[in-house]
Amino acid sequence: MSALLVVFVKEFIENLRDRRTILSALLFGPLFGPLLFGAMVSRMLHQSVSESDEPVALTISGGERAPNLVAYLESQDLRLRFVPLSEAAAREDVRHGSSALVLIVPEEYAARFTGGAPAPLLLIADSSDSQTRRSVERVRALLAAYGSSIAQRRLQVRGLSPLLAVPVAVNDIDVTTPAGRAVAVLGFMTYFILFAMLMGGLYLAIDSTAGERERGSLEALLSLPVPRAALVGGKLLATCAYMAISLALTLTAFVIVFRFVPLEALGMSSNLGAGTALEFFALCLPFVPLGAALMMFVAYFTRSYREAQTYLTSVLLIPTLPIAFASIYSLKTRSALMLVPSLSQHLLMTSVLRDEPIAARDVAMSAASALALALVLFVATSRHWRRESMLR
Amino acid sequence: MIEARALSKRFGALQAVRGVSFTARDGEITGLLGANGAGKSTTLRMLYGVLEPDAGEARIDGIDVRGETSAARSRLGVLAHASGLYGNLTARENVRYFGALLGVPRPALEARLALLAETLDLTPFFEQRARGLSQGQRLKVALARALVHAPANLVLDEPTNGLDVMAIRSLRELLRRLKADGHCILFSSHVMQEVAALCDRVIIIGHGRVLAEGSVQSIRERSGATSLEEAFLHVLEPAADVDAAPQPGADPTRTGSGR
Repeated sequence: MSALLVVFVKEFIENLRDRRTILSALLFGPLFGPLLFGAMVSRMLHQSVSESDEPVALTISGGERAPNLVAYLESQDLRLRFVPLSEAAAREDVRHGSSALVLIVPEEYAARFTGGAPAPLLLIADSSDSQTRRSVERVRALLAAYGSSIAQRRLQVRGLSPLLAVPVAVNDIDVTTPAGRAVAVLGFMTYFILFAMLMGGLYLAIDSTAGERERGSLEALLSLPVPRAALVGGKLLATCAYMAISLALTLTAFVIVFRFVPLEALGMSSNLGAGTALEFFALCLPFVPLGAALMMFVAYFTRSYREAQTYLTSVLLIPTLPIAFASIYSLKTRSALMLVPSLSQHLLMTSVLRDEPIAARDVAMSAASALALALVLFVATSRHWRRESMLR
Repeated sequence: MIEARALSKRFGALQAVRGVSFTARDGEITGLLGANGAGKSTTLRMLYGVLEPDAGEARIDGIDVRGETSAARSRLGVLAHASGLYGNLTARENVRYFGALLGVPRPALEARLALLAETLDLTPFFEQRARGLSQGQRLKVALARALVHAPANLVLDEPTNGLDVMAIRSLRELLRRLKADGHCILFSSHVMQEVAALCDRVIIIGHGRVLAEGSVQSIRERSGATSLEEAFLHVLEPAADVDAAPQPGADPTRTGSGR
């Protein structure tokens, strides 16, 4: 058995017996993301579904001055409340949240309406409150619809075509596919996947480097006539194995969680079946050696378990940077971006979620760039291990 | 046979070892005696190849130690100063791991493990996780690990540190047995009685130099002291004076400044 394989088997078995490794690699990492994500998504969905279902509450003051308007609003799905309020009182009410939305019909309304002049209406709302924003939009749309129906009727009375008042017709065409809409929600799932994957190898990378140093087994190991690259390689492989297992478990957990999250209720296809999970696994696999090599590279510089834990936990945040960047600038899959590991995995996985075709060349470039960087880090780490300072 | 030839090593401003030369012969126990910080560990580390000497060379059975996969190191068993075990592996697995890394073929390795378990009396705890072992048991396992490839030469860095009397006794017995089998044993210590009781030859190191070399008897006689401890203090004194002046590397054919 070659030294590399001996090291791999030993590290794999040794860590399999370590409760800390098992908990973080095979339990917390894979379960934390999917469960948190599932809970978050169901809450968001629940909120938006209930918002659109609930009738909008509207307080009207001076409704007796506009009986037609009130009749029109009553025919809509609104919860109306009639309270005589001065403008100042209404402002206070809205500011303090006792009414979400107040419509005031001023005294001059009736006179101006009959005179054919624009009749004023006051709609008082707090736009900084995201909860009422939807209600405001709805009420404004209803008022506009009422206004244009009046306008059309006036034109008809004067023998003019109502179409004169509609010089342009705007048609909104939303190209979002149901899957595409889900992406907005599912976008940062890719980060959870990469995070859980790194968590899987975290303790092994620490244990096989700083841990070996701290428990004093390193010197005996380094005194053996074994190439240091074989030692590093074996430890790296074991770290990769745990990361791959963690990745597989995380994806499985996601598939299961999404069976219970009612994304379809919003007209989104959640699109995370076993097939997609397998695709994700294949897309993320080249990132495994890179993550492992990065963690072992950083672990070399640490003297103790605790120190390594501190540094490596911040390494877990590195893959977020490109992903955050991607969502801020809403980057789409482009060949040049395939050279940036973690970003390329994120973009490719997002493409899969959107049901977009992905080019084999992009996949190859994403894999090649991750593997190349992994190799560079592996060589650098092996070099470090050859140095005498390794023992200090 | 273990040879140090004019070994020198500097760490930053500290010249830890200055031209140390000596030979540890087969069938003998050689003791490296010196105060803490005298350069014992640094010298041994150069002998087993984890430190690269600035000058000079280390040879095991005539083979240069330098190089990652040096053949010299497979002829050498090492009990390093820090001899930690893997807590989640059993004692047997700890020993087997090193045997496999040293390339001992599987059937031979299993036979060797059985033999070591018997000679080192490991059987009562051989299948236990190393985490729960006592200090003395750990040392035995570390020793078995050092001997797993049946090396002709053995280097031990302060092996008795932290051991109780019983464990020290059994270690002594074991070293005597290995010596009788013709092994070359080199061990370092700062405990005078230990060296006096066990060693055929003593090398006294101070300030990174060999100060005296020979049998316990001859060192005592040369310094006119009645005990090794007195002799040790005697050879140390002039060394402090010489320290200021540059000194050429000690010649292996001569004894140190104690003469």
